[in-house]
Amino acid sequence: MASELTRLLRSSSYSQRMSRFALALVSPTFLVVALVVVVPFFWTLFLALTDVRLIDLPDTHLFNADYTVDNVTRVLSSANFWESAVVTVCYTFFGTVGSVAVGLVAALALRRAFPGRALLRSLVLVPFAVPVVAAALVWQTALDPQFGFVNAAGQRWLGWEEPVLFLSQRMAHPSVLGVTVPVPVALLTVIAFEVWRSFAFSFLFLLARLQAVNGELVEAARIDGAAPSQVFRHVVLPQLAGVISLLLMLRAIFIFQNFTDIYLLTGGAGGTQVLSVQVYEYLTARSDLGGASALGLVMAAAMGVLLVGYIWRTEPRSGRRA
Amino acid sequence: MSGTRRHRATAATRRWDRERVEDLVFGSAAWLVRAALLLASGLPLVYLVALSMRPLESLLANPLRILPRATELTLGSYQRALAPADEGGYGIGGFLLNSLLVGSGTVVCALVFSVLGAYAVSRFDFLGRRALSVLFLSVYLFPAVVIAIPLFVIFTGMGLRGSLPALVVIYLAQTVPAALFMLRNFFAALPEGIEEAAAIDGCGGLRTVWHIVLPLAVPALAATALYVFIVAWNEFLFALLFLLEIQESWTVSIGIALLDNQDVAPTVLLAASVVMTVPIVLVFLLAQRVFTEGLSAGATKE
Repeated sequence: MASELTRLLRSSSYSQRMSRFALALVSPTFLVVALVVVVPFFWTLFLALTDVRLIDLPDTHLFNADYTVDNVTRVLSSANFWESAVVTVCYTFFGTVGSVAVGLVAALALRRAFPGRALLRSLVLVPFAVPVVAAALVWQTALDPQFGFVNAAGQRWLGWEEPVLFLSQRMAHPSVLGVTVPVPVALLTVIAFEVWRSFAFSFLFLLARLQAVNGELVEAARIDGAAPSQVFRHVVLPQLAGVISLLLMLRAIFIFQNFTDIYLLTGGAGGTQVLSVQVYEYLTARSDLGGASALGLVMAAAMGVLLVGYIWRTEPRSGRRA
Repeated sequence: MSGTRRHRATAATRRWDRERVEDLVFGSAAWLVRAALLLASGLPLVYLVALSMRPLESLLANPLRILPRATELTLGSYQRALAPADEGGYGIGGFLLNSLLVGSGTVVCALVFSVLGAYAVSRFDFLGRRALSVLFLSVYLFPAVVIAIPLFVIFTGMGLRGSLPALVVIYLAQTVPAALFMLRNFFAALPEGIEEAAAIDGCGGLRTVWHIVLPLAVPALAATALYVFIVAWNEFLFALLFLLEIQESWTVSIGIALLDNQDVAPTVLLAASVVMTVPIVLVFLLAQRVFTEGLSAGATKE
């Protein structure tokens, strides 16, 4: 109301002046984002669709280049692309679902008052705050076959015959009740690391939303004889659905493009070479600009599909509301 | 209208119905979860600090014991990690200084940019406002490793490899959109009346921001600064790509990771990690309330 009134009272020349002022205020941010993110992205597109090498680059530009999809087809038909793609999808899917699920369980367990809650709430955020380099180092140390705590404990108390190479072993075939089960050791380890590091992010958002859940509704349901699981399923969960789907989306975007965690933990060994690590390999080990760009483009396209899927799932609801 | 309203009695006389069983199961499950969370969050930190103060031989001989004995406590690993190379150390002290420079440079620039931008976005209606917000958020949709390819080429071409200011510009682009978003939520909640009063008293645009808005926004600014600093302090990929060949400009992130490839004793690396981690974690925990509210404000308000 008040702002409508002031807008009416302001003359158009004043509001135009203000509009110019506002644009001046955002332009530095706009410039940096455009120069460091948007322009480079389109340049990746260009590099992916031409056959330029680093030495020819100064003489090549948008109009004299030969456009070709050779890079893309070469990358897609390379021996380890599909394996890498499957690994990336598994890593993203289980990392995302795991971190949101653990975040939800943690938020539910720390929702009500209990002795030590304030301390535990702070502690839970620690894995999230620890620099990734230090976190990876702690895991590497704890999982080390020679001096790591986990292997020492496993051999002492769990009857492991030899240390498990958590960060480099592609597959293990332990037998459970006489049946041999294939277990992708290194991939599971990096997924566990991802869940451990990022569940606090979901935890924060879910806890904030849980505190806004209508308490009277919950109380009424309890008085009517609903068991806790029923209250959760029919009263609490529907209210969390929006945040949960948003979190799944955000986590999936971050985990899908995550390079650092896997590079630090395994360097891509033991069947954990996700696409972003492969892009890095193309760029540095092979000095293959076109290949790196083409693979990057494939990643961006996959992310675009994910995003469109998400918008398509959530749009009908907001469309009805508008 | 339910006529069969359940009879509530004391625990001793209550029947074993579904409600009671579930209360018991979930009640004890909650304690199990709490214990697991305590272990998962606290133990790695204890492990990190404890191992960094043990001599390497003791760790190799006895990996099952986490805590150092009082007699073997040593800060030798810290000395070796922090001392410069010509004194027989690994120069992590210098890397920490580089990280500090990059981090504080990014914080200052990001605060200036995001305060101006957030003020504009929350106070004025201008052409392209929505498009701009979408553009800023899209920063997080482009995989960093994809953006890094052309930046790598450009920096190589311009001879800027190893330049810390160039790194600041990249971190700025990676953090300003989120910083702007955090501040925007805060500015939107400030009463507009104060600014209007200032305007009537003849206080012009930027002076209003400086004298009226900023003093009110100190908690939000602190949270934003903390967020930006942590991102810059922890960043790995761009630092690795752009600083690899020039060891003097390594940040502490890549310093630790690259020394790891050179067979440096694990206790030395752990000591360096403690120095890198503990200040960040402490500040994060102290400022946690402001920080988490800033971070999750978007989730509950919209």
